[in-house]
Amino acid sequence: MIRLKDLSLSLDGRPVLEGVSLDLEPGITGLVGESGSGKSMTALAIMGLLPDRAVASGRVLLDGTDLLALSEPKMRPLRGKRVGMIFQEPMTALNPLMTIGDQVAEVLRIHEGLDRRAALARAREGLDRVGLPAPRFPLTLYPHELSGGQRQRVAIAMAIALRPDLLIADEPTTALDVTTQARILDLLRDLVRQDGMTLLLITHDLAVVAGMADRVAVMQAGRIVESGPTEAVFRARSHPYTRQLFTASGHRPTRRSRPQKGPLLQVTGAVREYRTADGGLRALDGVNLTIGRGESVGLVGESGCGKSTLARTILGLDPLQAGQIHLEGQSVGPGHRMPRDLRARMQAVFQDPFGSFDPRWRVDRLLAEPFHLTGSPPDWRDRIGAALAEVGLHPTDARKYIHEFSGGQRQRLAIARALIIRPSLIVLDEAVSALDMQVRAQVLDLLARLQADHGLAYLFISHDLSVVQGITDRILVMQAGRIVEEGPPDSVIDAPRHEHTQALARAMPRIPDGMVAALP
Amino acid sequence: MLRYLLRRMIVMGASLLAASVVIFSVVELVPGDPASFMLGTGAQPETLAALRQQMGLDDPLPLRYAGWLGAILQGDFGTSFTYKTPVAPMIGERLQVSLPLAVMALVLAVVLALPVGLHAAARRGRAGDGLAMGAAHLGIALPNFWLAMLLVLVFAVHLRWLPAGGFPGWSDPLAALRSLILPAIALALPQAAILARVLRSSLIETMGQDYIRTARAKGLSRGQTLRRHALRNALIPVLTILGMQFSFLLAGAIIIENVFYLPGLGRMIFQAITQRDLIVVQSAVLVLVAAVIAVTFLVDLAYAAVDPRLRRA
Repeated sequence: MIRLKDLSLSLDGRPVLEGVSLDLEPGITGLVGESGSGKSMTALAIMGLLPDRAVASGRVLLDGTDLLALSEPKMRPLRGKRVGMIFQEPMTALNPLMTIGDQVAEVLRIHEGLDRRAALARAREGLDRVGLPAPRFPLTLYPHELSGGQRQRVAIAMAIALRPDLLIADEPTTALDVTTQARILDLLRDLVRQDGMTLLLITHDLAVVAGMADRVAVMQAGRIVESGPTEAVFRARSHPYTRQLFTASGHRPTRRSRPQKGPLLQVTGAVREYRTADGGLRALDGVNLTIGRGESVGLVGESGCGKSTLARTILGLDPLQAGQIHLEGQSVGPGHRMPRDLRARMQAVFQDPFGSFDPRWRVDRLLAEPFHLTGSPPDWRDRIGAALAEVGLHPTDARKYIHEFSGGQRQRLAIARALIIRPSLIVLDEAVSALDMQVRAQVLDLLARLQADHGLAYLFISHDLSVVQGITDRILVMQAGRIVEEGPPDSVIDAPRHEHTQALARAMPRIPDGMVAALP
Repeated sequence: MLRYLLRRMIVMGASLLAASVVIFSVVELVPGDPASFMLGTGAQPETLAALRQQMGLDDPLPLRYAGWLGAILQGDFGTSFTYKTPVAPMIGERLQVSLPLAVMALVLAVVLALPVGLHAAARRGRAGDGLAMGAAHLGIALPNFWLAMLLVLVFAVHLRWLPAGGFPGWSDPLAALRSLILPAIALALPQAAILARVLRSSLIETMGQDYIRTARAKGLSRGQTLRRHALRNALIPVLTILGMQFSFLLAGAIIIENVFYLPGLGRMIFQAITQRDLIVVQSAVLVLVAAVIAVTFLVDLAYAAVDPRLRRA
């Protein structure tokens, strides 16, 4: 049993945690809160992996021993043995140059002094246990040969190899698509039950916690504002912050826009193949879709189903091997064949706003970039100020750099950049997936308002049905390069016809109705 | 892996061929006729024409290129204008000095840079880091001929441990090695300083990666993480620099060769240039280009050995 007692923490004199007290008992405890509320720092404090500049006080008790007071040589034998941890980004969490067998075996070698052979044999058992069985997943695989979900399984195998008392999972499924998320959560739940382990599940997603955790603690600005059995906390929602999180989680923006007449974008018989090591991969296999003027269309599917390939071809970045794409009747394609003024009618917002901005440019220059398609109007500075105001930022932000903004603000900037040349269609590729629930709700509201104000059409791409539910008029479900189902959001989610849609709908984390309905 | 190897080898062959065309054309295009140079300014026009014909200078360009390349493939690099002796043995003789010198300097540079870079990265921002990087700065800033003179003063003149210069030939391997030690050190120190800096910054960047955090969460100490996980991942940029350094060391050692009176490749090329001995220049440049391409190939192989993701490419 782990007890946090009055844990406080500051980074460079700035308080991050203030008087955090929390008892972790066998079973699953959820720790929820928005980004920056101190969830991850709490986890790192337990692991003794705080940054060097962090100053901590209080106690972290593991069976009466204060981990916070332990020296590094005394803490190290506990790390990985009594407390294990998995992280958010499975794609980068494994050493790319080491086989998965050696990476799992390493835990056993350093803690139990096993030789390589014995450790590898145990690693084999460990990988079997997390659903990476022997013939298909040999120990000699490298991380790049695995998908994100499989890599997260390897990370779990490493963390539980020595059956720790406490496993900390920091947003373990946030970077995965919903169906993979559901499988990883199932795995964690089973492991906790089998080993009688304590799991601290950190997430911003209330629905994940609702389905998993026995107890929940709600964190706001470095403090635990409420904690207790999950159902009781969720039903009562006695703290205003818990209510806020709840509202954000089920948030659906108010939409005033109505689709107008006539098609804007038409994709007919789109085929795109990639050459791979073992033959070809048909990323698009005869895709047909139409988006009307002012219409908002959701495109949902698992990673690798061809969504992003479709987005790239629609934006005229990649060629098609067969089929056609027309925007307002004009042909879309890569290179100079597509006139600039046609290109200017489409813009895009991607998942990672930080990666899509040049860190050395100021905001005004970043936002003015699309003007190269149309020529800069004389009043471009005013336009930038207006665009910033429109997305809820201040015109003076124009002189700042991108690192001075939060994740949500960066996504607002990406939207402002897309809007600046008044396109008719914006492609949003996982545009809110990296945002926590509250920021996500705000950005969705913003998108709904902008759509109504400017008569914009959206193609909203996501792996998660619940994300597109409230912001689209129509949902398309994609699987293996084909559109397998199409319909209004509520009927696709509540009465899915195709089995793939059914799987996606089942995997959607939801807060049970019983917990939602309790408040008057 | 086999496909990767094959692809690299095809690229290597194509680069060599392209380089040979460029080298041949450049030497053809520079003003100054080797025949008139050999005969001096007061030569009779008839003698000049006869020599030109004898040297094959009047044949069309592609024909001369084909003849030149064909001869080279048989080991015949032509005859030096100045010394009237075959070029191939001349270059071979010089390589006997330059190649071991470059290899020794490079090995020494790696042996010095590895612990310094590791140490500095492990103690980033602390006194040990400052000291190591200060020394590296100094190593880069000091000209190697000055270092060479210093080494001669200390180890040859005062301590009399090693010879101050000259090369006795490989008939006495021990003496030959002894005569290369000081020049190798003089060459290696600045290179080691560069390598240590590259290794340090590459390691520091690697230590910020997610998988390093994972390794720490497994219970590895900082030092173990650095050696087991970061070092190999940080090696790629180091290998790139290493490849470039070898090419430089092979022909760029001319100052050091002069300080130590070593009959190396650099000095030979320098002399050939001043004497307009174009055949020698051409051949030496071709040999150097071949060496650079071969080293690049080796570096590519090393990349693949380090990084499994490249073996599939």
